[in-house]
Amino acid sequence: MAATRATAYDSKIEGNIIFTKFDAALNWVRKNSLWPMPMGLACCAIELMATAASRFDISRFGAEVMRFSPRQCDVMIVAGTVTYKMALAVKRIYEQMPEPKWVIAMGACASTGGMYRSYAVLQGIDQLLPVDVYISGCPPRPEALLAGLMKLQEKISGERSLAAQKPALTEKLEEALA
Amino acid sequence: MTGPELLESLTKVFGAKVESQTEFRGETSCTIGAGDLREVAKLCHDDLSFDYLIDITSIDNFGEEPRFEIVYELYSMTLAVHLRLKLKVSEDTGAVDTVSDIWPTANWHEREIYDMMGIKFNGHPDLRRILMWDGYPYFPLRKEFPLEGLPSEMPDVAFSQAAPMEGGPFVTQPSTATVKDREPRARRPEL
Repeated sequence: MAATRATAYDSKIEGNIIFTKFDAALNWVRKNSLWPMPMGLACCAIELMATAASRFDISRFGAEVMRFSPRQCDVMIVAGTVTYKMALAVKRIYEQMPEPKWVIAMGACASTGGMYRSYAVLQGIDQLLPVDVYISGCPPRPEALLAGLMKLQEKISGERSLAAQKPALTEKLEEALA
Repeated sequence: MTGPELLESLTKVFGAKVESQTEFRGETSCTIGAGDLREVAKLCHDDLSFDYLIDITSIDNFGEEPRFEIVYELYSMTLAVHLRLKLKVSEDTGAVDTVSDIWPTANWHEREIYDMMGIKFNGHPDLRRILMWDGYPYFPLRKEFPLEGLPSEMPDVAFSQAAPMEGGPFVTQPSTATVKDREPRARRPEL
């Protein structure tokens, strides 16, 4: 039996180490596994379903894990007409999502009320929630939703996550380094 | 008895309860008094085989007296014949008898009319709003209610605001022009 050669632990993974900023790594992980909260309220939800299905396949962007519990979601896709009766329920579901969280307003209705200039329809979900990406269309095609998702990924990759979400920790680190 | 025979015999069956009976393009409508509704409805359901209540609608003839009109669309499955009952309700009364015990489907139709038009139904088992939330202060399909809505506030339940109309409502122009010219869009006032 050949004698085993003593090697440093690192040698096996040597060359596979990447130096990067913590934010960049964190954002890379986050943007490639966005779990959507499908807030399907009208016909946009049909396009949302098509986007999730095999032809358009939202899993290519790591966002195929539609969760029906807000507690497991990262991004709320508001797909459809938000009536005043539904509006506070949408807000409540958004508030139940853990941080960090993002919102996509899919289609004309969710963005502005769309063709419903009416007593019953909230004129844009941005009156209640902080929207990150608006997608035009009535309803938008699945490609448009995917483009919106990629825009959101771009936005996430530029975020200063650590500083924004752990201000106390970054302060401590800066003190230690100073 | 066939369908047409049935419609011809209506006046005989109903007697003086039918104020007028009209026929337009094969559709028969009977105007009845609001007080006779339940009697006429029972007759239609039990004796005349109108077993299917398709719809109940209400009309707001704003400025006229009596102001409201309620329309019952009946259908007989056995004889394949339609019948329309109409009655008028004044704003002061603001209520008619329910028919939800005769046709159970009337339950939700009557709730919708109450919700949208504010007409009450005496004897209804559960007269709550059906589309808007409980506590919403207006009846949105009444003529005096603006299309863009009015602000309302119920903390933790719902709120509403007036919608920005931006020169709307944009409606199709009634004319013989092409679809492109008739389409709903913002138009300059002189056009």
